[in-house]
Amino acid sequence: MSSPVATQPPPTPPTEAARPKKPLLSTLLTRPEVGSFAAAIAIFIFFSALAEPFRSLPALSTVLYASSSIGIVAVGVALLMIGGEFDLSAGVSVVTGALTASMISYQLSLNLWVGVFVSLIVMLAVGFFNGYLVVKTGIPSFLITLGSFFMLGGINLGVTKLVTGTVATQNVADMDGFASARAVFASEFAVGGVTIRVTVLWWIFFVALATWILLRTRLGNWIFAVGGNAASARAVGVPVDKVKIGLFMGVAFMCWFYGMHILFAFNTVQSGQGVGNEFLYIIAAVVGGCLLTGGYGSAIGAAVGAFIFGMTTQGIVFAGWDPNWFKFFLGAMLLLAVMLNLYVKNYALNRRS
Amino acid sequence: MSTRKTMRALAVAAALGIALAACSSQGGAQQEQGGGGGPAGGNVGGEQFTIAMVTHEQPGDTFWDRIRAGAEDAARAHNVDLKYSNGAQAPEQATLVQNAIDSQVDGLAVTLAQVEQVGPAAKAAADRGIPVVAFNAGKDDYQRFGAKMYFGSDESVAGQAAGQRLAQDGAQKVICVVQEQGHVALEARCAGVAASFPNTENLYVQGTDLPSVRSTIGAKLQEDPSITHIIALGAPFALTALESVTDAGSQAKVATFDLNVDAAKSIQEGRIMFAVDQQPYVQGYMAVASLWLNLTNGNDLGGGGPVLTGPSFVDSTNVEQIVGYAQNNKR
Repeated sequence: MSSPVATQPPPTPPTEAARPKKPLLSTLLTRPEVGSFAAAIAIFIFFSALAEPFRSLPALSTVLYASSSIGIVAVGVALLMIGGEFDLSAGVSVVTGALTASMISYQLSLNLWVGVFVSLIVMLAVGFFNGYLVVKTGIPSFLITLGSFFMLGGINLGVTKLVTGTVATQNVADMDGFASARAVFASEFAVGGVTIRVTVLWWIFFVALATWILLRTRLGNWIFAVGGNAASARAVGVPVDKVKIGLFMGVAFMCWFYGMHILFAFNTVQSGQGVGNEFLYIIAAVVGGCLLTGGYGSAIGAAVGAFIFGMTTQGIVFAGWDPNWFKFFLGAMLLLAVMLNLYVKNYALNRRS
Repeated sequence: MSTRKTMRALAVAAALGIALAACSSQGGAQQEQGGGGGPAGGNVGGEQFTIAMVTHEQPGDTFWDRIRAGAEDAARAHNVDLKYSNGAQAPEQATLVQNAIDSQVDGLAVTLAQVEQVGPAAKAAADRGIPVVAFNAGKDDYQRFGAKMYFGSDESVAGQAAGQRLAQDGAQKVICVVQEQGHVALEARCAGVAASFPNTENLYVQGTDLPSVRSTIGAKLQEDPSITHIIALGAPFALTALESVTDAGSQAKVATFDLNVDAAKSIQEGRIMFAVDQQPYVQGYMAVASLWLNLTNGNDLGGGGPVLTGPSFVDSTNVEQIVGYAQNNKR
């Protein structure tokens, strides 16, 4: 692009402009993720100033990895929340996926990829189950997924104990397909002395995919419409039920993906894990600008929310603070982010009028 | 007008102060003896080292508070900058170990409860030349992951010892109360109890919710009157089990793993039979002190094997001495 090209002057717009151009600032301020961007920059500067190790490149790689561990599932959760629904079972679903793949392969002595795909089918079925119940019964998704959260948690513990006799799965590191599956789900490579984990790349990919779906496809419009006003969306012919079930299955897919990472990064899975993480995914989405009422939000925002989470978890340790305070900071950050989002949104709306 | 308001406010404040002073109570924080710092230990050699301690602590547990107390006392004694962090879930803990490597700490103390998941991260630290000490959990695997030493007890051995004590006491049926489902170390303890006292049944309770622990144990005692002994896996749960025994009008005796102030007092009063103590204060203290010795003097402890800090029994024979230590957050 270095050779100078004689460009034609852009065609002058017709003088009778169809609509007034919005100033750039207003356009920016109406984006859902702008508040979280500001918060992320502030937190980054804060920890960089405070914790000397935080400023190093290896630390950034650890922060990114910690962020991706929340961010991958948060992408699915953000889409679901934009669609006006809620999933409390995402935390334990991750472990369900990992346990399924591990036990199917180990107990039947199959190639691990078989376990991986059986697990995907099981997880999509779980997502379908959640979505189907929500759209067919009309019971709020908060309650439906609260039920599946407890059921999956119990299944994780009960089935694992029944099948393996212990509370964790056996090590699958010596089985066929482990090396290739690890390469896909849990490898890491060095770039210029910095370790990049593959989950970070997957995370970026999923965020880009979700953003493209939301902003550039008919499905994206449907998701916003369904979350904004389901009745109106149905009236104009949007397949509301299918979209909602699809969104629940999307969350399940993300949980499956992250569950595979847990399995292949750590070889064994403890059945009691995952409880409580669903709130971290929701926090990431909400800090990133998703509204609890649906119809508003962005996948990029959820990624920034997850990045804030990663910076905070690791930054507190890099700074050498007492980790007992971590949850307090997390909660305070959530409140601040939500208030900031609301303030920015109202400011932008008032500017336009 | 405003001065009158101020005067009134002052009067109210003064009255409240007097009322509060008049309501002073026996006991409470004002009467506690100052615990004082750690054991006296001269800071030999002036250099300050940074040591990271990464555990699988579930926040808010008295047991871990003792590990931290030991670690902090050792850090104070040896002029060590201690960076403590904890992640209850294995992936979190592995990331925190990586965090310690990034921070270029001089030494790493790590609990290997989830050994397959956290071990590789510990090994990565050892491969970087950071001296690594495992403590509290991981006795059988610590060497595989490059740790130089281990301080802790063996859950299974401790469980067997407890089972033998129960058998000596003439137990007919024992329930082993597990406060966290899916926790390998807790399962190992109960398996150990069952190994030396076969008529043992595990009872799973929701450890983060003591009222539900109380009602679950109570319901179990009502449902099965043949239970003669309850063994809890943590002091708070033993104290709760005492309530359950009262609720159910049962005659079952209570014993426990691990110790805290109230459990020590209950042993003194004869309400709890015994505690199997793994001396968490020592685990935390030695993990830091041994790293400091290794950094300053190239020492290692244990002769190539684990250093066991338990099981050490606390019962009516030795509790008098130990209550005082427990009150200082050291036993």
